[in-house]
Amino acid sequence: MAPPAEVLAVRGLSKTFPGVRALDDLDLTLHAGEVHALIGENGAGKSTLIKLLTGVYRPDAGEIALHGRPVSFATPLEAQKAGISTIYQEVNLIPLLSVARNLFLGREPRNRLGMLDVARMSREAERTLSTYGVHVDVRQPLRTLGVGAQQMVALARAVATDARIVIMDEPTSSLEPREVETLFSVIRRLRDAGIAVVYVSHRLDELYAVCGTVTVLRDGRRVHHGGLADLDRLSLVSTMLGRDLGEVRKEGLTRFTGDHGPAEAEPVLEATQLAVPHKLHGVSLSIRPGEVVGLGGLLGSGRTETAKAIAGALPLRSGSVTVAGVPLRGGSTPAAIRAGISLLPEDRKSEGIVPGLSVRDNIALAVLPRLSRFGLVAEARVDGIVNTFVERLRIKASSPHQKVGELSGGNQQKVLLARWLAMNPRVLLLDEPTRGIDIGAKAEVQKLVDELAADGLGVLLISSDLEELIEGSDRVVVLKDGRVVGELTGDDVTEEKLMRTIAGNDPVRDAVEEVAADG
Amino acid sequence: MADVTLRTAPLDKARVLQWLQTYGVYAGVAVLLIVNVVVTPYFLSAENFRTQAVQVAPVIIVALGMALVIGTEGVDLSVGAVMALSASVTALYLGYGLLPALLVVALFAAVVGLANGALVALVGVQPIVATLALMVGGRGLALVLLPQLEDLRNPSLASLGSGDVLGVPYLILFAAVLALLVAFVVRRTTFGRQLLAVGDSRPAAQLAGLPVRRVLIVVYVVSALLAATAGVLATARLQASDPTSLGNLMELSAITAVVVGGTPLTGGRVNIAGTVAGAVLIQLLTATLIKHDLPPSWTQIAQAVVIVAAVYAARGRGKR
Repeated sequence: MAPPAEVLAVRGLSKTFPGVRALDDLDLTLHAGEVHALIGENGAGKSTLIKLLTGVYRPDAGEIALHGRPVSFATPLEAQKAGISTIYQEVNLIPLLSVARNLFLGREPRNRLGMLDVARMSREAERTLSTYGVHVDVRQPLRTLGVGAQQMVALARAVATDARIVIMDEPTSSLEPREVETLFSVIRRLRDAGIAVVYVSHRLDELYAVCGTVTVLRDGRRVHHGGLADLDRLSLVSTMLGRDLGEVRKEGLTRFTGDHGPAEAEPVLEATQLAVPHKLHGVSLSIRPGEVVGLGGLLGSGRTETAKAIAGALPLRSGSVTVAGVPLRGGSTPAAIRAGISLLPEDRKSEGIVPGLSVRDNIALAVLPRLSRFGLVAEARVDGIVNTFVERLRIKASSPHQKVGELSGGNQQKVLLARWLAMNPRVLLLDEPTRGIDIGAKAEVQKLVDELAADGLGVLLISSDLEELIEGSDRVVVLKDGRVVGELTGDDVTEEKLMRTIAGNDPVRDAVEEVAADG
Repeated sequence: MADVTLRTAPLDKARVLQWLQTYGVYAGVAVLLIVNVVVTPYFLSAENFRTQAVQVAPVIIVALGMALVIGTEGVDLSVGAVMALSASVTALYLGYGLLPALLVVALFAAVVGLANGALVALVGVQPIVATLALMVGGRGLALVLLPQLEDLRNPSLASLGSGDVLGVPYLILFAAVLALLVAFVVRRTTFGRQLLAVGDSRPAAQLAGLPVRRVLIVVYVVSALLAATAGVLATARLQASDPTSLGNLMELSAITAVVVGGTPLTGGRVNIAGTVAGAVLIQLLTATLIKHDLPPSWTQIAQAVVIVAAVYAARGRGKR
């Protein structure tokens, strides 16, 4: 058998955004009939690469060659016409048009009079979709379908438009297990038809089940590429997270002082069997006063959702949260806050700060009712609290009246911390507290977390920065696909153990071998 | 030296825009006043000022509520309908005396406000759609209750419409007191801060544990109550209940006043002084053109120019 033809060749691709080198001198080759895993943590450059390949961005340097010919896409439409189709996490079809219309959008069958041939369109749509395991009335609006079925329509559409390369960006994030199976069989069929598939996912099981080759990105560079079967899970995780196994035990760089030696006190927070549709499937954890519990796992493993579910910001399907033994009404943020739970959200800009309000009003936002009498704000008391925290957290602003939107990331984060500390919380849920803030502020925030725990707060720490997670936590609960897969305590809180737990066992060895044999 | 001027030139444009955005509406009012003093006969008479102020008072009162709603990134199209509804209800219940009639008016307005607020905050309907429904339905109900214009002969109502304190008509007093009250609420109360936070970033407000739904509902109820107040005052001045035409296009006048006054439609900021000045600016502009016998179509075009200018001045802010 002759080696499969090279479909796509990317050489030296680079893209810089103000302050960030998003992609640095990247090479990538795709062959016909190859299912290629593209993985990396947040900010590794996956999205940038996809956007460069699909004409959303233009590269600063480097070239993209399709079937051996250099190409340059000015718009996503041009990329699509050249045979590169993309299926995004969220379906981008037209919800109000019928399923059939969506499938044939822009290439509708016409009859002899040049009119839309509805009967033929419906017939063909039904036939096409049945091969994707979707059996629906194709004349119904698309939005009446479940998300999984919609994704299949998007996929069918992408393939039907003569795609030679199909890029799937976390296609399974909203699919049921049965739908995932269908997706995999479709992917295998695409592979057999000589189409190259780029598969982006954080679920290791899925990667080993369908992908033959892999490219690992980190900080905008390609740090590994080759056959997936040659790379065991642990190596994959350590490559992705940028941790050399041999170096793991070296001295840390963070400002955490380490153990807080929590007494055998009653837990201040207990979450039991938290379940959120598609996100969490029974997560339990507990935090004692003075304890920092780390939440480990890859992107999409359910860390953020766990924090949000505890804070009442996600509706629970089942499960319960108790604070100091008192059960909490689920799905209510105000109730959680009253019970003493504070959440520092991951997305600081859109879910944390209120950008148009001043530093002062942002700090006082949550505590305001407590500082008011008959609904009138006691300005002097607000000033007192604001000044205390501006000083204690060393928030740098031209004045308390400066808009928070104008501050640096680190200072915005401190403002948010001040907002919650003003509430005298019992439990602090910190979701990526140091992401995107400068080193100085990072050290200050880490030191503060330590002090707070020493003061008896229970802290849940989520961080993609392994070092921060390991050194900041007394105990690490490891999540994977919305389930707790392990817990590290005492001397087991090491990067190596964490990565081993994340990598887990290999229940799908068969699938890997099947793909490897074909690849 | 030349170097310095060159460098500051673009900065100056930004500064001019900034200045226009903050003070443009007041400058516009000042310019119109000066122009009128020069070119319009009898403009400075007390009688003329009184007429202008009495005419603009209902617009100001409605615009106050509109400013609060817009501050939450919403809009309330039902204010004109609420004015008509309050005119009908006043006519129907005036027989029991002025005070009972006013209480029933307040009740009706509160129900409309609750309906708006519930649709927006609980059901999640877009404000423009939710209040459009009440705009159509509210006027329909007003006409069902009172199908045609009815003269009202009630001395207390009449004095509400045309009485005064030391020469200042009640209408103007009401508008002034309400404006101060609303400005106070925005600046000094918990509710005011929460309203701005909800308008600026609803997800953040939610995660900070603010009673987002309650804030939204209260805002729409307040807007309806203010519109009802304007409706009763306008009815009192007319001494007739006119549900067919009372409050027609009032929602647009109110939105214009708010926008021209420097409150962005994107929410998170409420400028009450600007809103009042915005209403006055449009009133003066209209009066000026009418006094100089220009056809009404010119008035509309002039209003359009003012709106475009206001939007242009506000444009820089959101993008920055």
